[in-house]
Amino acid sequence: MKSIYMDHSATTPVDTRVFEAMIPYYTSEFGNASSVHSKGQTARKAVETGREQIAALLNANPREIIFTSGGTEADNQAIITYALNNSKKGKHLITSAIEHHAVLDSFHYLAGLGYDVTVLPVNHQGMVEPETLAGAIRPDTTLVSIMHANNEIGTVQPIEELAAISHKAGAVFHTDAVQTFGKIPIDVKKMGIDMLSASSHKLHGPKGIGCLYVRKGIRIKNLFHGGGQESKLRAGTENVPGIVGFGKAAEIAGQEMQQRAEHLNRLSQRLREGIVKSIPNTIVTGHPELRVPGSVSVCFEFVEGESILLMLDSYGIMASSGSACTSGALDPSHVLLAIGLPHEIAHGSLRLTLGKDNTQEDVDYVLEVLPRIIANLRRMSPLASKGGSY
Amino acid sequence: MYSKKVMEHFMNPRNVGELPDANGCGEVGNPVCGDIMHIEIKVEDDIIQDIKFKTFGCAAAIATSSMVTELVKGKTLAEAERITNRSVAEALDGLPPVKMHCSNLAADALHEAIKNYMEKHEQKANRQ
Repeated sequence: MKSIYMDHSATTPVDTRVFEAMIPYYTSEFGNASSVHSKGQTARKAVETGREQIAALLNANPREIIFTSGGTEADNQAIITYALNNSKKGKHLITSAIEHHAVLDSFHYLAGLGYDVTVLPVNHQGMVEPETLAGAIRPDTTLVSIMHANNEIGTVQPIEELAAISHKAGAVFHTDAVQTFGKIPIDVKKMGIDMLSASSHKLHGPKGIGCLYVRKGIRIKNLFHGGGQESKLRAGTENVPGIVGFGKAAEIAGQEMQQRAEHLNRLSQRLREGIVKSIPNTIVTGHPELRVPGSVSVCFEFVEGESILLMLDSYGIMASSGSACTSGALDPSHVLLAIGLPHEIAHGSLRLTLGKDNTQEDVDYVLEVLPRIIANLRRMSPLASKGGSY
Repeated sequence: MYSKKVMEHFMNPRNVGELPDANGCGEVGNPVCGDIMHIEIKVEDDIIQDIKFKTFGCAAAIATSSMVTELVKGKTLAEAERITNRSVAEALDGLPPVKMHCSNLAADALHEAIKNYMEKHEQKANRQ
């Protein structure tokens, strides 16, 4: 049976070039980067090479990169420790309604500690409008955190403008760039980003490794205690093979970014247009142009997302959905609700996120199978036969 | 996540559709929650001669609907009334715990259909 993976926003396969670069650091070059002996020094050198490769893709200084276990830890550390460390300046914090839970739950934690958190709404394309931020920011706002691109609907935020508004009010600007690092250009200096979270496994690197960029002069603290690694900001023995893999993945992503983006944009446009053309009562979500390459996000009326996913899986197509049933919660995704979709529409969500290895044949196969699946589920749906008047 | 039986009923649901000559119908759930089950029955001599369903929802919602139609087709109303959401789930070799409440409403829809039939039947008897 076919096996077509279209869930690259969830995770990606490790590139074989990346995997090969990692192997020696599991076996012959297994040293602890803190050790004085030669094995330790080899490991240290590998860690610093990785740091340089990551920094180069952000136009940052390698000393501004802290390795973490992934995007979630980077978000937690940036938001929680910056807020705690700067509480004398103010206790007002700003984020958006469509952030990843790693960000939202970090702010929720701070709210529990007595911080005043403003959650900005987004427009129906999932965009945080700069005026909305300008209207919410206050003299006591210390931190603004807005994601670079959304993981569900793919909308890319106007980071440069949002950062400028934050700085004007004296606040620091953090962005969760887990969905964009390695996919679209990021220049932390030009964009005015003070802190940025990234994750390796979204760009064909290994899982369990990510990083936090912290601009020189921004004071954060360690979340973990027990060692002086990462300039005392991240205790624990460095994940040397992970860092090597992340660095290599970032280097390759930098070299191939343009060609990958062109490939992904071409495929996702074909897929999106094909879906809209062949399946009536389809709602395309997210921004029409300002999108992460390869992201297709739609809602089908009268059907439910988990049913679509399981039917697709039976044809060898792997995708995801923001429906309640796929999250284990009673409500559909907070992102789909935040862009103003009613619950019953959000339940019919489907997200297809393409990767560099997907082909036009893959897209055409999905376009052959998906309309049949939706028609089949609609034949079963009491909502469809009511003509949608619910 | 799902048992083989759930997947089998989800992929090949039994008794999907509508009954033009139904004499009882029931519907439970709502689109906001993401589950609606609609069941129509054709009762003759206290026996469910035919049954069809339409469901909007996840695999569990569709599989339980399919299973309940299979369990009661040809059964007496008294037998059908003894079917519970739990017994439908058991007939499917169980459901994941999170699905037990939100998507396991097929027996409720059946009972609504039986209630609807009984009400119509009584009205008819009263008129005669």
